[in-house]
Amino acid sequence: MNVLASCSAVVLLVLVGALAGRVEAGRALLGLAVPYAALAIFLCGVCYRVLRWAWTPVPFRIPTTCGQEKSLPWIRRNRLDNPFTFWETVGRMGLEVLTFRSLFRNNRARLYDGRLVVGENKYLWLGSMAFHWALLIVLLRHLRLLVEPVPAFVLRLQSIDGFFQITTPDLYATDVILIAALVYLLVRRLRDPLVRYVSLFTDYFALFLLLGIAITGVLMRYVLRADITGVKQFAIGLATFHPTATAALGPVVLVHLLLVAALAAYFPFSKLMHMGGMFLSSTRNLANNNRAVRYVNAWNYPVKTHSYAEWEEEFHDKIVAAGLPLDAEPELIHTEARRALRFNDQRNSVSGACAERSRRVSPW
Amino acid sequence: MPEPLLQIEPAPPKGDWRDPHVDFRKGVFCYSAAAKNLNYLGLPNAREWQPFDADWKLPPDWKRILLDGMKERLEKYRSFRLFMDICVRCGACADKCHFFIGSSDPKNMPVLRAELMRSVYRRYFTLTGRLFRGLAGGRELTEDVVKEWFYYFYQCTECRRCSVFCPYGIDTAEITMIGRELLTLLGCNINWVLEPVANCFRTGNHLGIQPHAFKDSIDFAADEASEITGLKIEMPINRKGAEILFVMPSADYFGTPHYYTLLGYLMLFHEIGLDYTVSAFASEGGNFGLFTSHEMMKRLNAKIYEEAKRLGVKWILGGECGHMWRVLHQYMSTMNGPADFLEAPVSPITGTVFENAGSTKMVHICEFTADLIHAGKLKLDPSRNDKWRVTYHDSCNPARGMGLLEEPRYILRSACNHFYEMPENTIREQTFCCGSGSGLGTDENLEMRLRGGFPRANAVKYVKQQHSVNLLACICAIDKATLPALMDYWVGDVEVAGVHELLGNALVMTGAKERTTDLRGEPLAVEEPEAVHA
Repeated sequence: MNVLASCSAVVLLVLVGALAGRVEAGRALLGLAVPYAALAIFLCGVCYRVLRWAWTPVPFRIPTTCGQEKSLPWIRRNRLDNPFTFWETVGRMGLEVLTFRSLFRNNRARLYDGRLVVGENKYLWLGSMAFHWALLIVLLRHLRLLVEPVPAFVLRLQSIDGFFQITTPDLYATDVILIAALVYLLVRRLRDPLVRYVSLFTDYFALFLLLGIAITGVLMRYVLRADITGVKQFAIGLATFHPTATAALGPVVLVHLLLVAALAAYFPFSKLMHMGGMFLSSTRNLANNNRAVRYVNAWNYPVKTHSYAEWEEEFHDKIVAAGLPLDAEPELIHTEARRALRFNDQRNSVSGACAERSRRVSPW
Repeated sequence: MPEPLLQIEPAPPKGDWRDPHVDFRKGVFCYSAAAKNLNYLGLPNAREWQPFDADWKLPPDWKRILLDGMKERLEKYRSFRLFMDICVRCGACADKCHFFIGSSDPKNMPVLRAELMRSVYRRYFTLTGRLFRGLAGGRELTEDVVKEWFYYFYQCTECRRCSVFCPYGIDTAEITMIGRELLTLLGCNINWVLEPVANCFRTGNHLGIQPHAFKDSIDFAADEASEITGLKIEMPINRKGAEILFVMPSADYFGTPHYYTLLGYLMLFHEIGLDYTVSAFASEGGNFGLFTSHEMMKRLNAKIYEEAKRLGVKWILGGECGHMWRVLHQYMSTMNGPADFLEAPVSPITGTVFENAGSTKMVHICEFTADLIHAGKLKLDPSRNDKWRVTYHDSCNPARGMGLLEEPRYILRSACNHFYEMPENTIREQTFCCGSGSGLGTDENLEMRLRGGFPRANAVKYVKQQHSVNLLACICAIDKATLPALMDYWVGDVEVAGVHELLGNALVMTGAKERTTDLRGEPLAVEEPEAVHA
């Protein structure tokens, strides 16, 4: 149901783009109004979501530690998985953001003949790395359409990416990797019974949308050959807020543009916000130096406790009987009372407590 | 023990998880908290009820209470809001949960446990959820959802293993903790958590042991330690002016095999001549408030600093316990600090400054002892532990909420000749929970405990087969209470012990008589190894 609904939604978007592109008004809508509206929603939405998180206080320092803490100087500590200082924490976050450190730990627990075997499982990590890095490079390559002159690093990126030179124009490795990774992620979501079970509309919708964008992009470059100069002129116009005529834009370009706009507008309302959110995760972005540097909770408030004085008052006689010192009375009185009560108490409780020890089940 | 053997059959999940119906089957849930405990603590909606009742007697405006409670917490905890928002349902956490592995119940996958709450969050707190309901992954909040929450939030031991594997560090413990807080607003608690909480609030410890019985227990242990060593060993109580306040979980002086660990502390402190005291008021290191609400955690934790201040000690030393250390390490100073009336901890024996505890001023006994051994201050005879072939179970909270991994291993390697690690993916930060943490260690929940403990037991069984391991060492009071049953059921012939029990066995004490028995009163002599059959 979720699969069908999300796939249909993307197909619908494609049809809308293809049909609207046939008339001048539709082209203006897709080429001008929609992209600007989507951009506005994207920027405002993402800012709102990130600020909303940022404004929410972090009451406690709760890192999930994944290695030896800093304790005694002769014990080798794990600086990246259990950071103690600010820069070590930056290192941990860097590994997390750039190399998906935690996902790299992923393993697979399966039962064989009643035995649990925990084995390697790096496919998800590989698929995610491939997808995210390819997407980043593809996005950076798009700068050549938006900036004139094209920045040198974009040209270099392009030439590395097109290193294989097996088609005309040169086949970009990232195009292949991006689509392959998306297909893997989609197939995994459909075929792994557990992941399929938890998947929602939004999970498939994001994948189908991204696939749609990647496929239309590839079609434009390698098959239907969009008029690249026209597209660039249009893109620069769009980027500099001096939009030009949309007459030169072919149907695939418009569909591509519409899908990108849909993704941008959908972004702030979706799980895709993990892009910003992962930087703010309290279990990762805080140093594990709790006992060395006090962490302050902005909304810490006083609570009702049971103070020593109340405790002593309630158990006064028993404290005295046990010969334990009191705060409330002078030493002398307590010694007197102790002498008087000790005998009784011993008779009553020593044997009881000891016998109970073996019987009672403790909550630990 | 349930008969026949538990069947763990991984099968693809069926139906739609959004159906909240739960079957409260005997053996897999905990009973409700008694009204007297809620009343004593001033918690709402105290009443007689049980989870298997059709009518939970929720307050009439329960839905508003729950949603208001959620709103408040979404504004107070970034972790909560963020973890509601950013999960991509990649499923990396699915087979990391011991309860999922042991029960094959898909709602025990961390992702789905959190989705139980996320679906309600999306429905009532996000724009898309309000507009598109189910299509945006939203779900109506009904009484059945409350029951489902109760079932699954009390079927999570808050061990944080899933958080290690999550690419965003989403911590199910955080979600479960908030979930339990919300259920507490409706008076839906379990007794195995709230009774210790009520006891602890009143008497100072979970078991409700009053000062005179506390003294008896401590004296009894001191006598026993004296008997084993032939020395006069004492443990001072509520002594003002001592240098160090020692705080341990109450199980150490009331449970077995915890008790042998207490004997180990007693011998160690006597041997090094430590100037310390224990307290009959701060007589509990553990804190079941952690499993109730943040506020309750703070209410129970307050006594530790209060007592340290009253007794005028310089710093605090803490015994072997798991969740206790999550609270002491990650929450205590923030909640009840700053502890500026204490001094930065320095070992009086070695002069080592515990820099990592300079602000909270509380040191873990394993850090303290490892330092003693490293400085050559202890004479150990590991051959006294030769009958034990030892493996070590990292307790969840010291491992994933602190990173205390090497200190206990160093002590074990120094005190034992035969030490073997369990497989890589089941120890250190990847350690598997005992299945009974976070207040779920009650016998009415035994089936679920055994299921949840299966991955841990399985790893012990492996080292038992490989290296004939017969002792599982750990530094957690819940472990010590519940691992024996787990070992009996899944493994067989593996005992459970605290690290300081083994240290106490190996400790060569000045002026002590020749040891003939270990701390358990069993002969030291090594049994003849069984003939190996080809």
